[in-house]
Amino acid sequence: MSIVRTEKLHYDYLKYREESEEPEITHALKGIDLEIEAGMFIAVAGNNGCGKSTLARHIDALLTPTEGSVWVCGMDTKDQGHIWDIRQRAGLVFQNPDNQIIASVVEEDAAFGPENLGVPSEEIWKRVDEALAMTGMTAYRSMSPNRLSGGQKQRLAISGVMAMKPECIVLDEPTAMLDPKGRREVISALGALNKEQGVTVILITHYMDEIVNADKVFVMEDGLVRMSGTPREIFARTDELKAIGLDIPQVTLLAHELALEGVEVKEPVLTIDELVEQLC
Amino acid sequence: MLKDITLGQYYPSASALHALDPRTKLVGTLVFMVSLFIVNSFGYALCTAFLICMIIASRVPFLYMVKGLKAIFVLLVFTAALNLFLTAGEPIWQFGILKISKEGLNTAVSMAVRLVYLVLGASLMTLTTTPNKLTDGLESLLGPLTKIKVPVHEIAMMMSIALRFIPILTEETDRIMKAQMARGADFESGKLMQRIKALIPVLVPMFVAAFRRANDLALAMEARCYRGGAGRTHMKPLKYTQRDIAAYIVMFAYLGVIIFLRVVFGW
Amino acid sequence: MIRLESVTYTYDPKTVYKSDAVKNISLEIDKNEYAGIIGHTGSGKSTLVQLFNGLMKPSSGHVFYDEKDIWGEGYDRRALRSHVGLVFQYPEHQFFEATVFEDVCFGPKNLKLSEEEVKNRAVRSLKDTGVPESIFFKSPFEISGGLKRRVAIAGVLAMEPEVLILDEPAAGLDPKGKREILGLISDLHKKRGITVILVSHSMEDIAEYTDRLIVLNKGEKVFDGSTREVFLHYKELEKMSLAAPQVTYIMHALKEKGLDTDVSAITVEEAKRSVLEALRRCCRC
Repeated sequence: MSIVRTEKLHYDYLKYREESEEPEITHALKGIDLEIEAGMFIAVAGNNGCGKSTLARHIDALLTPTEGSVWVCGMDTKDQGHIWDIRQRAGLVFQNPDNQIIASVVEEDAAFGPENLGVPSEEIWKRVDEALAMTGMTAYRSMSPNRLSGGQKQRLAISGVMAMKPECIVLDEPTAMLDPKGRREVISALGALNKEQGVTVILITHYMDEIVNADKVFVMEDGLVRMSGTPREIFARTDELKAIGLDIPQVTLLAHELALEGVEVKEPVLTIDELVEQLC
Repeated sequence: MLKDITLGQYYPSASALHALDPRTKLVGTLVFMVSLFIVNSFGYALCTAFLICMIIASRVPFLYMVKGLKAIFVLLVFTAALNLFLTAGEPIWQFGILKISKEGLNTAVSMAVRLVYLVLGASLMTLTTTPNKLTDGLESLLGPLTKIKVPVHEIAMMMSIALRFIPILTEETDRIMKAQMARGADFESGKLMQRIKALIPVLVPMFVAAFRRANDLALAMEARCYRGGAGRTHMKPLKYTQRDIAAYIVMFAYLGVIIFLRVVFGW
Repeated sequence: MIRLESVTYTYDPKTVYKSDAVKNISLEIDKNEYAGIIGHTGSGKSTLVQLFNGLMKPSSGHVFYDEKDIWGEGYDRRALRSHVGLVFQYPEHQFFEATVFEDVCFGPKNLKLSEEEVKNRAVRSLKDTGVPESIFFKSPFEISGGLKRRVAIAGVLAMEPEVLILDEPAAGLDPKGKREILGLISDLHKKRGITVILVSHSMEDIAEYTDRLIVLNKGEKVFDGSTREVFLHYKELEKMSLAAPQVTYIMHALKEKGLDTDVSAITVEEAKRSVLEALRRCCRC
C-alpha cells in the first residue's frame, strides 16, 4: 500500500511587492509524480532550491498544491477535514534543532504532540517513555533542552513526532546543522526506527553518504524528480549526479575514476569492502 | 548585572514549599500581599513571622534571596524619599524647603517594609516554582477569564515559549556582537548617542533572527497538531494534594488573624 | 604572524561551572599558510579562533601578532581585528544594512577610512568574492544562500586582513555551494596571498585544501603538523570522535589486503594515482 502519493504536483510561491500588484511567481514544484510504499526508508536528495523542502511540507499538509494532488494514507491533503489526521500520521522534523523545541524540559517537549491531540495523561506518559527510549533520549528526560548537543536535540524532535504515533516521519535536512557525531546519531536512530518500529522514513538531505542505506532514492532538481531508484542504481549514474552538482562518496568516485582509466571495476561501488574485494 | 536579579530564577531544592501546587503558591503570595496592606502597626510582626517561616520552609539560602533585593534598591530609596519629604503633617525636621513630618516618616518606613516584603514574597514563589509550573498555575487560576474572551491559554503559552527562548536569544546576541566587533564595531567608547547608534548593527540582526525563529517555531507547532488550548490535555496535570489543603488552611488562618487584629485592635 | 604562548582560557573562573576551554596551547601561524583546525564540538575551536583576534582574553599566557603582545599596554585591538579577519559560522546572520553594498562598507567604515577608499574596498572585495554587480544594491536578505555567504565573507575581506579565519564557512550550504565557497577561499589564498585558517568538520575538505592541520581535543592541542601526516594517526583521531577522509580508510584497507598503496594519500586524485601504480606493479610481477 502506498502511504504517500503525489500526482502532477505543482506549487508556486507568490511574493507580493509593494510597488506592483502583480505577484512575483516562483515555481517551486513543477509536476511531481511519486509513490512511497509503507515501511520503506526513502531518501530525497537535491541541492538547495530544488523544491525538496516544499515537497516535505506538502506531505505534512502545511502547504497544499497549487495544482495536482497529494494523498497521505489515502487522504487528500486539500480536504480541510483531514488536516489534523494527516499531521498526526505524517510527522515532520525540521532543520534547525533549536527552533522546533517548545517546552523547557525534554520530556515535556516530547509530550507536546500528544497533548495537542488530547491524549489522556497516563497514555501520554507511556508514549513519552517509549518515544524517548526509541531514540536513546531517556537519560536526558528531565534536562533542559538548552543543555543538549545538536544531535540530541534532533533526536528529541524525532521523539516528539514518534509520541504522536505516526505512520510516516518526514525529515527536512535534519543533519544540515550538526557536526559529524550528531549526524551519525540521528541517521542511526532513524535506521533503528524504520527497522524496529516499521515507520516509513522520508529523509530529505543533501549529504549523499546518508542515502547509501535507503531502500529508494529520489533525486530532485529544479522542481522535478530527475532520478529515482535504489542507491545502487542512482550511484551508477555518477556523471549525471556530478552534473546536478551533488557529492559522490569518495569510494564511489575513486572506483569511477579507476574505471575511466581502464581498471576492471564493476560500478557502482558503494562501500570500501566492495572496492577492496574487486581490486585485490 | 542581569545575573543579580534573583526574582524569577528557580532555585532547585526538595523543600515542602517546592512540592506545593503552583496554584497554592500563587494564591498564597496574593494572600500575603493583601495582608501587607491590611496591617497597620504591630501586625507587621505577624507578617514578618509568617515570611520568616516561609523562607525557612523553602530551604533557599537567605543570603541568596537578599541578593535579589539589590535590583530594587534604587526604587526603594526613591519611594522612601518621596514619602519622607512629600507627606504633609506635623514637621519634626526642616532644612530650607526640605521638610520631614512625623506622618512622612511613618509612611516612608511602612512603604519600604512593604516593598521589601512584597519582593521577598514574590521571589519566594518564583524561587520555588519552575517557570513551566508557574505558567500552568496561572493558566489554570485565570481559566475562568476565558469566558469573558481573555486569551488565557495563549498568554500562558507565550510566557512559556519566551522563557525557553530567552537563553537562546541571549547567546545569539552575544554571537552577533562578537561578529560585528570582528568587523571593527566599537561598543565601548563614544558618547551616549554614538553608543546607541553603535547598537543598530546588533539590534537589526537580532530582530531578523527572532522573527526567523518565531516563523520556524510556528510551523513546527502546527506540524505537531497545535491548534490552541481547546481539547488539549496535559502530561502533568495540576493536582491538589493534602499538603495543599493544609497550606490553604494555614494561609487563610493567617489572613483571618491579620483581619481580626486590625478590626478589633486597630493593629 | 600569530603566535600563542602557553595560552589557557577558563570559563567562569571562581565558580562551580569553572572549565578550561583551552589548555596551555602554544602554536605559531606563519605568513601565507593555509592551516586547518579540527576537533569535536566543545573541543575549544571557537575559543581558540577568538583568542587569535583578541575577542577573548587569555586567562594566562600570551598572544602575539607580528611579535607584539596584543594584550600589552596601549595595543590597538580594534586595528588588530582588521588584520586578523574572523568569519563566524553563518556570517549572513549579521546583515543589517538595506543593501549588499552598504553592508560590506560597514567594516572599512569602522576603520575610519575616507569615503572613497571605503567604496573602493567594498567594490574590490565584492568582486573578489564573485558577487555579481547586479545585486550590489539589492537587500542582503533577499539573495540566495550561497550569495549571502559570499557577501558576508566580502564584508570581512573589505577590511583587507592579512589573516582570514573561517569557522565552518560551508555550514548549511548544499554540495554545490560548499564547493564554490571553498574554491573561492582557496583562490584568495593563492592570488591575494592571504593566510587562511579553516575550522571545519569535514575531513574531506580539510584534506583537499589545507597544508597544515591542528587537532584539538578537550581544549588541548594533540596534533599539529602537515595534514597528510596528521591523518596517518586516523585511529587516534577516531578516539576523539573525529575521523580521516574516506580515502585514508580505503588506502589502509587495500594495503591490508596486499595491494601496495600509499597510505598517506588523502584525496581521490592521489588515491587514484597510487592505486593505478600499485596495480601496474602488481601486473608486472
